[in-house]
Amino acid sequence: MLGLGADRLRADMNRLLAFLFHQGVLDEQFLQLQQLQDESSPNFVSEVVNIYFHESEKLLRNLRSLLMDREFSDYKKIGIHLNQFMGSSSSIGAKRVRNVCVAFRAASEQNNRAGCLRALELLEHEYCFLKNKLHELFQIEQQRVLAAGVRYPMQN
Amino acid sequence: MVLGKGASSSLSRKMVDGVENMVSNCNDFTVLVVDDDPVIRKLHDMHLKKFGLRAQVVENGKKAVDLCHFGTIFNLILMDKEMPIMDGVEATKELRAMGVNSLIVGVTSRDSQYETQTFMEAGLDFCFEKPLTADKISFILQELNKKN
Repeated sequence: MLGLGADRLRADMNRLLAFLFHQGVLDEQFLQLQQLQDESSPNFVSEVVNIYFHESEKLLRNLRSLLMDREFSDYKKIGIHLNQFMGSSSSIGAKRVRNVCVAFRAASEQNNRAGCLRALELLEHEYCFLKNKLHELFQIEQQRVLAAGVRYPMQN
Repeated sequence: MVLGKGASSSLSRKMVDGVENMVSNCNDFTVLVVDDDPVIRKLHDMHLKKFGLRAQVVENGKKAVDLCHFGTIFNLILMDKEMPIMDGVEATKELRAMGVNSLIVGVTSRDSQYETQTFMEAGLDFCFEKPLTADKISFILQELNKKN
């Protein structure tokens, strides 16, 4: 019974991942992340992704704070925040978030405040979608591990 | 995109297949990761661990320069371009001016030929766009083995 539950949950995870890849939310870099996880670092993916969430939310707050300032003119600072956001998004395979950052950066390089505001709305939306889906993925994974009663082998 | 002095454009499976030999040669190499992004620092550290390497990690160019100034020697430095306090271009120039001859590999978020060229001219050996992957690290370690 437990085994069937674990199998069903694994199938759910694979379906969700396939959906996320098909929609372009994630790319193969996420697979590279999963390949780095092993018995000595069993929570590596969730640790990296949680750091990414923490840093991304700081960057989004900074971007919003800059653009909502009436006297805003520091497009260079916007570019710096976006470069960091792009780098970390690429590194975890967050493809759609990265692509929105590229468009956002293009607007900032043209000193286009309205364009930047539109891009920020889209970025916040894409980021929320990604965060919700990854949380869902990690929840299913946790349930699968519990259902399978997985124990990591003892290290000699 | 890989830029570098004599860089091969082919990051083939052959390099990854030969990684076990590389690991046995690499265990004594010292590595410094310089990046202000904690996501990248954690990722690069794990990638390097997979190849049997332990990295020291700092969050800006000034800390990298200070480490080298006080005598710490690294075989390989992975240098981010945009960082607060001291960026990768400035840090690379300072390291080369100090006589540091480590393999310095730049890592950028931006696929801009002009910016990558500026970074290379500061004294890099190679420059990659983020993210670093197992293939790119294999390539870097092959170059490190040749150099040493």
